[in-house]
Amino acid sequence: MSERSISVDRPRSLKRFFFQWEWLLVLILIAVNVINSTLSPYYLNFGSLVGSTNSFLDMAFLVLPMTFVIILGNIDISVASTVALSAVVMAVSFNAGAPMPLAVALCLVVGTACGLFNGLIMVKFKELSSVIVTLATMIIFRGIAYVILEDQASGHFPAWYSFLAWGSVRHVPFILMVFAVCAVAFGLLLHKTSFGRKVFAMGNNLTAARYSGIKTDSVVVAVEALTGLMAGFTALFLTSRMGSTRPNVAQGYELSVIAMVVLGGVSTSGGSGRIGGPILAVFIIGYLNYGLGLVNTTANVLLIIVGSLLILSVLVLNLRFGRNRHPAPPGAKMIARGKVPEEKA
Amino acid sequence: MRKSFLRTIMVLAIMTVAATSLVAQNYAIVFKNTGNPYGEKQMAGFKTGIEEQGFQAILRAPDQPTAEAQISIIQQLIAQKVASICIVGNDFDALTPVLNQATAAGIKVFSLDSSVNPAARLTHVNQADSVKIGQTLVQAAYDMIGGKGEIAILSATSQASNQNLWISYMKQELTLPKYKNVKLVKVAYGDDLRDKSVSETEGLLKAYPNLKCIIAPTTVGVAAAGKVLTDKGLKGKVFLTGLGLPSEMATYIENGVCPYMFLWNPIDVGYLGSYVATALVGGKITGAVGDKFSAGRLGNYTITKAPDGGTEVLLGPPFKFDKSNIEEWKTVY
Repeated sequence: MSERSISVDRPRSLKRFFFQWEWLLVLILIAVNVINSTLSPYYLNFGSLVGSTNSFLDMAFLVLPMTFVIILGNIDISVASTVALSAVVMAVSFNAGAPMPLAVALCLVVGTACGLFNGLIMVKFKELSSVIVTLATMIIFRGIAYVILEDQASGHFPAWYSFLAWGSVRHVPFILMVFAVCAVAFGLLLHKTSFGRKVFAMGNNLTAARYSGIKTDSVVVAVEALTGLMAGFTALFLTSRMGSTRPNVAQGYELSVIAMVVLGGVSTSGGSGRIGGPILAVFIIGYLNYGLGLVNTTANVLLIIVGSLLILSVLVLNLRFGRNRHPAPPGAKMIARGKVPEEKA
Repeated sequence: MRKSFLRTIMVLAIMTVAATSLVAQNYAIVFKNTGNPYGEKQMAGFKTGIEEQGFQAILRAPDQPTAEAQISIIQQLIAQKVASICIVGNDFDALTPVLNQATAAGIKVFSLDSSVNPAARLTHVNQADSVKIGQTLVQAAYDMIGGKGEIAILSATSQASNQNLWISYMKQELTLPKYKNVKLVKVAYGDDLRDKSVSETEGLLKAYPNLKCIIAPTTVGVAAAGKVLTDKGLKGKVFLTGLGLPSEMATYIENGVCPYMFLWNPIDVGYLGSYVATALVGGKITGAVGDKFSAGRLGNYTITKAPDGGTEVLLGPPFKFDKSNIEEWKTVY
């Protein structure tokens, strides 16, 4: 009789610990900061660094749920339009007489509703890929925002509302604290709960996951609803930063967010990635943009640099770390992670 | 290999530091977005003006035409301690918080072409005098039709504030006795959409068979009307004038459908902005009504009250494009 056992525990070793994509990202982040501070004498200035960090953190709230979406093997390009629609609804309802707390709640509700809508379409019409579904809703949500406000801006919020984006408690920006809390929550959800394990399982092999009893539809809908909710958060902070909103806010955010997630080492074919990578990528791209902006690099050159970084990182990930080199057979990735001892004759 | 790369970076870094410490005053302009030919000309005019005064210009524009993208750029300019920021705003109100930060950091802030809230700016550089636009367009129509006949206006949307301002000045000009034989029959709205402007033009021609001239103070409308009049072979029967982009209107000016039309010169708008910047930084002006300064080759200017409650500088009468100069300008913007 031959005996065969499969373990899901990963062996702990120092080499494995340091040989991770996240460490390379840490090195890139340090390199970006060193290069920036040599390029411009104005870079290492606490006030301006905090200011620029606050600005790019607006978008960072979308990176957390997008990591889930991409690990699932899906993609969501409607996030920026969801931001615009929830921001517009908030501004319009406030100016129509709703008290600010209610308007804020409405903003989050509209965001979540947009996400739910995406999720429901995805599970009801499985023959449609998530790109197509969210391409459609990207146009629809932005369209509704334009119908509501046309080409106008809406604002005049109470003074306390600007605290969200500009305020700080004991020199720690408020938005940074909120982001840290969200990041920890999403990290725990992804790596320490059964929900997170279901997301990975579905990303690896949807059919196998379904046959093993996972309610795959509700996971997809939940992840999309979370994405919508976080789009609502981005809308809150973005609107607070500008003191007003208009239907064209957050334009192009979806691509920046997806770029950050991919740079963070999350595989676009689903099933692999960790929350830390995309968070590091937010800061890498954010500081890269800020530093190069300080030496007045033009926007187009900036795009080229970020694009090249993305291609390089995907190449390195695939060549060096061997992720997604071949389309894996069903379940192979899960087994590959575990320890498969040799068969004894 | 790696050593020489590092060395290059070090040399570059030292040069940047040296350059920034040598040139004490940097003047920045932030346009709406990149890849906009009109904006490139505006920034080029600003750069020329700043450099001929012996300073250095910083030209910036985000890749998306949004206020949030301009906020990041303004934060970078504040950190660089530029002397002044000239902003072509993507939003009237949304830049107020960050522009106030710039002002608090001692930077002279003013807007150009597309204004920002008076609370966030010292003054605004405006393209052209609205009164003169109204007068010039009506006079052009008068000259084209020989002082007698029906005219119509093809506008953008019915809520566009600048359009309505120009139309009101056109109507005011038409009340003068000189225009007693000129009759404004209709103001049509093409919403700045090409197909709607085309159908509105066709509607005007059908409803008013004796129409002699169409004035379209919008770049989309004037080009759409040019196309309709050309296709229907109405050259010489119905004249066209208005505010148009030379590159779009070259065909219709060359074929005679539109004898001449107007627009401001974006290079001059930027150039005027550069002199406002240096005058503000040099303390010659504060942006108050009545302040006077000289703007190089453009001559002398006075700051006036703006309709939005702030102050502004007006570039002057609109620039005329006809057969003699369209060849040169159609490649510019």
